[in-house]
Amino acid sequence: MIAKLSWRNLWRNKTRSLITVTSISFAVLLAVLMQSFQKGVFDHLVKNVVSFYTGYIQVHKSGYWKEKILDNGFLLNDSFQNKITRLPGVKGIVPRLESFMLVSGGSFTKGCMVVGTVPALENQLTGLQEKITAGKYLEANDRSVIIAEGLAGKLKLKTDDTLIILGQGYQGSMAAGKYPIKGLIHFGSPELNDGFVYMPLQLAQELLSAENLLTSIVLDISDPLQMESIQNNIISLSGEGYETMNWKELLPEISNHIKADGASLSIFTGILYFIIGFGIFGTILMMSVERKQEFGMLIAIGMKKVKLSLMLIQETLLISLIGVLIGILLSLPLILYLHLNPIRLGGQIAKVYEQFGFEPYFPTSIEPGIFLQQSTFVLIIAALLGLYPLWYIHKLNPVQAMKR
Amino acid sequence: MNHTVIDAHNLVKVYDEKTIPLYALNGVHLHIESGEFIAIKGPSGSGKTTLLNMIGGLDVPSTGEVIIDGTNINNLKGNALIDFRLNNIGFVFQSYNLIPVLTARENIEFIMLLQKRSSKEINTRVNELLKQIGLEDKADKRPGELSGGQQQRVAVARALAPKPKFILADEPTANLDSVSAGNLLDMMLQLNIQEKMTFVFSTHDQRVIERARRVITLEDGKIVQDSAPKKITHPMYEN
Repeated sequence: MIAKLSWRNLWRNKTRSLITVTSISFAVLLAVLMQSFQKGVFDHLVKNVVSFYTGYIQVHKSGYWKEKILDNGFLLNDSFQNKITRLPGVKGIVPRLESFMLVSGGSFTKGCMVVGTVPALENQLTGLQEKITAGKYLEANDRSVIIAEGLAGKLKLKTDDTLIILGQGYQGSMAAGKYPIKGLIHFGSPELNDGFVYMPLQLAQELLSAENLLTSIVLDISDPLQMESIQNNIISLSGEGYETMNWKELLPEISNHIKADGASLSIFTGILYFIIGFGIFGTILMMSVERKQEFGMLIAIGMKKVKLSLMLIQETLLISLIGVLIGILLSLPLILYLHLNPIRLGGQIAKVYEQFGFEPYFPTSIEPGIFLQQSTFVLIIAALLGLYPLWYIHKLNPVQAMKR
Repeated sequence: MNHTVIDAHNLVKVYDEKTIPLYALNGVHLHIESGEFIAIKGPSGSGKTTLLNMIGGLDVPSTGEVIIDGTNINNLKGNALIDFRLNNIGFVFQSYNLIPVLTARENIEFIMLLQKRSSKEINTRVNELLKQIGLEDKADKRPGELSGGQQQRVAVARALAPKPKFILADEPTANLDSVSAGNLLDMMLQLNIQEKMTFVFSTHDQRVIERARRVITLEDGKIVQDSAPKKITHPMYEN
């Protein structure tokens, strides 16, 4: 009967209830849309960034990230590598040997990052092959290199020319070699486009006198949400000699940008919820004042105050739940549409994005957590505001309340 | 055999005690037996409603005590008092005070649901009461669809539903036309005669006074007249 009473009470003043439901629905729609856009854009950004070079997780020898020298590399251990590969959620791994070296072509010399990698695996993670603008992509047994377009331009080199690499190898040894340029790759970022050389892993190990040595194992994972648990699994697997870092630790500037942007969105969402809160409170207040006489009568004839308060809380939660459900039902098709047909940037902005290797579109996220989180927030607000009738009823004197 | 249902001793209710004391009730003694049909009359501000509120456990006296069927209700607090009212006292208010979103049947059921009666018992009792108030055909109508007289009949049925010791009716005919008021009072009188239900009215209405076997007159918070039970000439009694 109490449930029936609550439900019917909601529709006593249809206009007011509909206004309240509409305002809650609209706010939920807006909040879910904002959250979904932000999450979608950030997920897309992260995907772009991690698939560009970093990967979701990297494993190094302890101390490598602070001091990136070959002496902080580690020997490739098949069983360790296999254990990581077999971890649930790990999509693929890329072993790398990286060193900063001098490269030269004719009379020009420049410092750059030389990356020894397994070409096929590297391509799976970073799509490096698609960045080839001239020549061909690397094979595992090649004794050649591919270099960034900008670097080639500065050194006045083209495909099939010879690149000279000079630097320090493992344990202070001298590293020098000359390699034919098999292909040129284009990076959007000028900084990267001027400073990257890729070669097969074995060739790099040979150049640096670092047989079996790696500086990092880069992991691609199937579900970014599992990143932390995979990281923890690797930590327990690898022990103290290794450091396992996720992309947030590897690229703190991106992570901080997301956090800062998330904070500003939280402020907007907070304002939105503040407005919703007022809407709900207005309804509760009106419901309480309008029905004061009725409440007095109910207490007089024998309804306990607790039961009466529960009825009012139920009414508040019901109206909020209806608003939330409608809000979510409205947002679902919209968000799904924007997920499948993301907003695409055009003109110069799109070009800038593309230059940096980022796809110039903003998809929405359809992660169920977003809907759940927003619904929970509104219901918590409603439950908190529902404390008002509790206080109102507690203080209600039936004799005073029944006076007209 | 009749027994005492209401025993009020030296009821005093003072407002604004710290400034100029205003006595809403000033030493009222009242003794009501089961089966009585009593009208409490008096001018506005004489203390009728205050007295009814105290007997009904809705207000607390400044001094004095109200004993209902052997229980001193001034010793009851919070939920215990609400439960006591639910199970022992029926209320009929001037402005009907039905729950607008419930039908006539549901309004009567509601109070029995608060008592946690079984659905079978509720059903039987509600049907019986609807028959008694002559509104079987209006059982599924909401208060807004009923006339004032019909609403007040439902209110009486609601008051009777939990089988209380007595019914307190505060100006129950004040908002009714004379025909509806007469019909309502006849119905209440019939319940009094047939079921020995005790009715205590607070009223200005001559029609109530005519039907009452005992009339108490209040003035300035004091009982100035308490007529001894008399033989009524009303046709209902003659039958």
